[in-house]
Amino acid sequence: MTVTSVATPHPRPQPRKVGGGLLDPRQLWKSLPDALRKLNPATLWRTPVMLIVEVGAVFTTLLAIAQPSGFSWAITGWLWLTVVFANLAEAVAEGRGKAQAATLRNAKKDTMARRLTGWSEGAPADRYREESVAASALARGDLVVVEAGQVIPGDGDVIEGIASVDESAITGESAPVIRESGGDRSAVTGGTKVLSDRIVVRITQQPGESFIDRMISLVEGANRQKTPNEIALNILLAALTINFLLATVTLQPMASYAKAWQGAAPDTPAFGADGISGIVLVSLLVCLIPTTIGALLSAIGIAGMDRLVQRNVLAMSGRAVEAAGDVSTLLLDKTGTITLGNRQAWEFLPAAGVTVEQVADAAQLSSLADETPEGRSIVVLAKEQHGLRAREEGFMPHATFIPFTAQTRMSGVDLSEGNADRQIRKGAASAVMKWVRDNGGHPSDDVGPAVDAISGQGGTPLVVAELVTGQPARALGVIHLKDVVKSGMRERFDEMRRMGIRTVMITGDNPLTAKAIADEAGVDDFLAEATPEDKLALIRKEQEGGRLVAMTGDGTNDAPALAQADVGVAMNTGTSAAKEAGNMVDLDSDPTKLIEIVEIGKQLLITRGALTTFSIANDIAKYFAIIPAMFAVVYPSLDALNIMRLSSPESAILSAVVFNALIIVALIPLSLRGVRYTPSSASRLLTRNLWVYGLGGIIAPFLGIKLLDMIISLIPGIG
Amino acid sequence: MTTATAGVLFILSLLAALAVAYRYLGDHMFRVVAAEHHGRVERGIYRVLGVDPHAEQSWGGYARSVLAFSLISILFLYAFLRLQDVVFKVPDFAATIDERVFPHLAWNTAVSFVTNTNWQAYSGESTMTHLVQMAGLAVQNFVSAAVGIAVAVALVRGFARRRTDRLGNFWVDLTRITLRILLPIAVVGAVLLIAGGVVQSLGDGTAVTTLTGAEQHLTGGPVAGQEVIKELGTNGGGFYNVNSAHPFENPTAWTNWLEIFLILCIPFALPRVFGRMVGDNRQGYAILAVMATIAIASIALTNVFELGGAGTVPQAAGAAMEGKDVRFGLSDSATFAAATTLTSTGAVNSFHDSYTALGGMMPIVNMMLGEVAPGGVGSGLYGMLILAVLTVFVAGLMVGRTPEYVGKKIGAREIKFASLYFLITPTLVLIGVAAAMATGNWRTQLNVGPHGFSEVVYAFTSAANNNGSAFAGITVNTPWWDTATGLAMLLGRFLPIVFVLGLAGSLAGQSPVPASAGTLPTHKPLFIGMVVGVVVILVALTFLPALALGPLAEGL
Repeated sequence: MTVTSVATPHPRPQPRKVGGGLLDPRQLWKSLPDALRKLNPATLWRTPVMLIVEVGAVFTTLLAIAQPSGFSWAITGWLWLTVVFANLAEAVAEGRGKAQAATLRNAKKDTMARRLTGWSEGAPADRYREESVAASALARGDLVVVEAGQVIPGDGDVIEGIASVDESAITGESAPVIRESGGDRSAVTGGTKVLSDRIVVRITQQPGESFIDRMISLVEGANRQKTPNEIALNILLAALTINFLLATVTLQPMASYAKAWQGAAPDTPAFGADGISGIVLVSLLVCLIPTTIGALLSAIGIAGMDRLVQRNVLAMSGRAVEAAGDVSTLLLDKTGTITLGNRQAWEFLPAAGVTVEQVADAAQLSSLADETPEGRSIVVLAKEQHGLRAREEGFMPHATFIPFTAQTRMSGVDLSEGNADRQIRKGAASAVMKWVRDNGGHPSDDVGPAVDAISGQGGTPLVVAELVTGQPARALGVIHLKDVVKSGMRERFDEMRRMGIRTVMITGDNPLTAKAIADEAGVDDFLAEATPEDKLALIRKEQEGGRLVAMTGDGTNDAPALAQADVGVAMNTGTSAAKEAGNMVDLDSDPTKLIEIVEIGKQLLITRGALTTFSIANDIAKYFAIIPAMFAVVYPSLDALNIMRLSSPESAILSAVVFNALIIVALIPLSLRGVRYTPSSASRLLTRNLWVYGLGGIIAPFLGIKLLDMIISLIPGIG
Repeated sequence: MTTATAGVLFILSLLAALAVAYRYLGDHMFRVVAAEHHGRVERGIYRVLGVDPHAEQSWGGYARSVLAFSLISILFLYAFLRLQDVVFKVPDFAATIDERVFPHLAWNTAVSFVTNTNWQAYSGESTMTHLVQMAGLAVQNFVSAAVGIAVAVALVRGFARRRTDRLGNFWVDLTRITLRILLPIAVVGAVLLIAGGVVQSLGDGTAVTTLTGAEQHLTGGPVAGQEVIKELGTNGGGFYNVNSAHPFENPTAWTNWLEIFLILCIPFALPRVFGRMVGDNRQGYAILAVMATIAIASIALTNVFELGGAGTVPQAAGAAMEGKDVRFGLSDSATFAAATTLTSTGAVNSFHDSYTALGGMMPIVNMMLGEVAPGGVGSGLYGMLILAVLTVFVAGLMVGRTPEYVGKKIGAREIKFASLYFLITPTLVLIGVAAAMATGNWRTQLNVGPHGFSEVVYAFTSAANNNGSAFAGITVNTPWWDTATGLAMLLGRFLPIVFVLGLAGSLAGQSPVPASAGTLPTHKPLFIGMVVGVVVILVALTFLPALALGPLAEGL
């Protein structure tokens, strides 16, 4: 999300690639103080794996002080670095959120509110009182008035008036939006600015619980709760840690026995007369416990939320992001998601005895003043297909435009050239036909069938008719308006199917129309003539079958369904009720984003799984480094396990510890960005990730440790 | 026919027989545990026990029943053994019995047989009377095996059922499994073994004059009846001290084949029950494939190491025949050793202590795997399902969904139980070995150096995993060893059972998630390979240091 002061539109993500921002090395540096603060055990206990490393580091520090040597200080230093690197990962992830929170705080200036008492709609000014109070003193239900240039003091619904509002503080979008009383565009957010007109707002929030407050705490991760899956993974990591702790602790008596038996074996710094040195045991422990994933786990979670924020989606909980990955049914509103927002003129069908150019010409004339998207699309079609240039209103002095009304259900134009008047009407078939009959004409036989055919295909027919002075009115032809499916939707839905996600189109259209569009878009199912109750029932039915459902919605009547859905994305343009009910808010109000949200949820889980696999697979190589380093002196045959041919026991152990620390830093960008995710079936995803992170996790440390050993062995006293 | 060819034929014919058992024995067991009908004898037993066979139990109730039943069994067996020692004043009572059952041995033996371990810190023929063998030990051979199967079935019900807290009735499961599965097979098996030359009598043996003219007393007894359930129930407690190496227990190569088949048939057929109960046979085949992959690899490696005959003495003697019987030879002994440790049987037909260093490591590794390939009756299936759950958890994340296995989500609660289960045996083994080394109790071992260390590692691995076989070469009938291994057996059996039932309860309460293209397929080779990998890697990572100081130091 871009900041308010920099008034550039926020960068749009590439549609097909789920990724995140790159890691700036300066961010690492800036986060260092935070990382050091996190060394405090009181905060570190939340990551038990790293707490164990810290305890180990304290222990080796004491040992190094008692018996200083280059080796023991080197190990100690790298153990501390391991903890710092882990903290750094978390600090960097949090740091991104903090920057966003700071800009949000700017928006939340201490504004004054003009509270109204005794106000009722249409009441004269002397019937109510206005007082000035601090925005923070506003309670739910208070009424405030906001005029051009003023900041809206809190979240609420417009109950009177209409205004253009600058919401860039929240959405990063500089173009103003319209907010008006009634309907689905009534919600306003505290901290946004009214640019024109005057509105009366009923406050819907409690003090300190405004949308901006929630956003700030969300992006800061202030009260970040561990998500269910994160808790489960933490339990597994804790179990592995205990397991390796046992394996290490119980090693000492076993080793002492071997040492006692091989009395002639020389003492080494790693394995002396009183058994394995504490430094080496701690090194072994730290290398074995899953430090890589333990260090990066919380950063992965924070970064996952952050990736949503970068796409201007606010998830109210991490649980919702995780649920997004599990979604198996997507409910998509037809309009705006699957089809372009409005119907568009598709073709002109002339009646008998009329040329298509005549129809196009009449249709264009009648639509010149029609500013609806449908009207504009007619002008565009006339120009594109028939080369008819749009005539400017000003060039037609004798034209009188008849606007569309709900009563007449048609619009048109009256032209007077000399003494010949020409009236053109365009509108719903029944209305225009009646007009033709009323004016003495009778529609030709082929208009009716054409209208029916268009309806049958799910389109909307508009009939164009004219009345020239002295002649009966006649129908010229039909305009075919059609829902245009957004390009690429079919491919997208095919992809969803491969991911195992069922798409259901929700529309208010009749079943016939709905089916035509559903077939064209390639969705799996559709719900036609959908009422809010139908939606809710559909969600319940899917959930009963064990499926998780995601949907978007904006209206108040969507609220129950949004609340019932496992992932409910409310549009920012929607009502407060919708925003309250959903567990995510899309600031761009782009319903297509639901698909991206699902992908981000999946990517979050994949990143966790991949790094866990990598972390565990790493241990194999570390054993091959450390076991011969410890025991070859007692049992020379065990040198056969030193397949990396590491130069000395000290160098081998140090290399393993250094690798273990550096791999954390190396993986910070991956944990923040997330593992590359291309939508495909579970089998393919698993195969790919297993090769990369499983096999890679086995091989990488062999190479890394060998390389580090070649460098470390150059250090005198260790190599 | 060379030894190796004979060995391969032996293994292949076993595999063929087990494939048949998977299908038909598996289907039979499924019908038994899913049956609605109660037999007359069964209804009589329920009346005596005061059990309502239609009342199902929650996981807590099921677990309490298992624990109560086992506690009573332990107390009864302990009293029985002490009774033999104190009241009947054995050794005077029976001519052949010349060893005492002290309290520590009675405790160890009682726990050992109730936990399906059958660790024997005594010599059967010279310590236990026929009465104890038949009415005490053999009974536990049946019911402890049935307990294992019952718990496995309860876990499978957890996967198969939806939105319930009921996992079945322990007493019904126990009774049916004993009467309808174990008993019929045991009767047929015993007859076959008797036909093969295994003794079965109530006499106290035969006096014979040997070639040198000396008098020798050959102990007889109700051997065949105990032998068959010893193998079938993956118990392993031999009538004789030398177990299945004794010609009265296992006279010929083909009884050897039959005994290995009996060991493996139920554990390998149980995945079929899993597949049938969850309504997807492919899931059963997948679990079978994981078990079979590990088992075949392990059997092959043990054979390779033994036939290779590395080490000074085998090289000098020409083959690693020390501790093996010429009736069986290298390969059939190695295959038996692998089978007995891959399951929780612990019967032996040769002495693992005398194996080559790496050949002797294989039984230890088999047990360290948690005895899941195919494992003990019931315990193998539930152990493997736990590992499958852990694999699903990590692998499932990598496909971008909350992990799920046969439609059940693996969340925090499930992982908690699975992790606790997984932690128990390594904890017991490592702490046990470390304690033996730290307290000096390792000194009862016969060998020193890495081999002596292997003997200690073997003992605790065997006890904690409820295997019961011994590496031999270490005296374990001391108060410390009896107490320590007894504790390892007890905790190694019942803590995992409680966690398994807890997991079952948690799974049963869920409503299943329908599978889609986004679901991790758990019946494909990729997943099978992953489970194998997880089993091997987790075990290797936990035990590699201990193995390095024992068999690896000796064998590399």
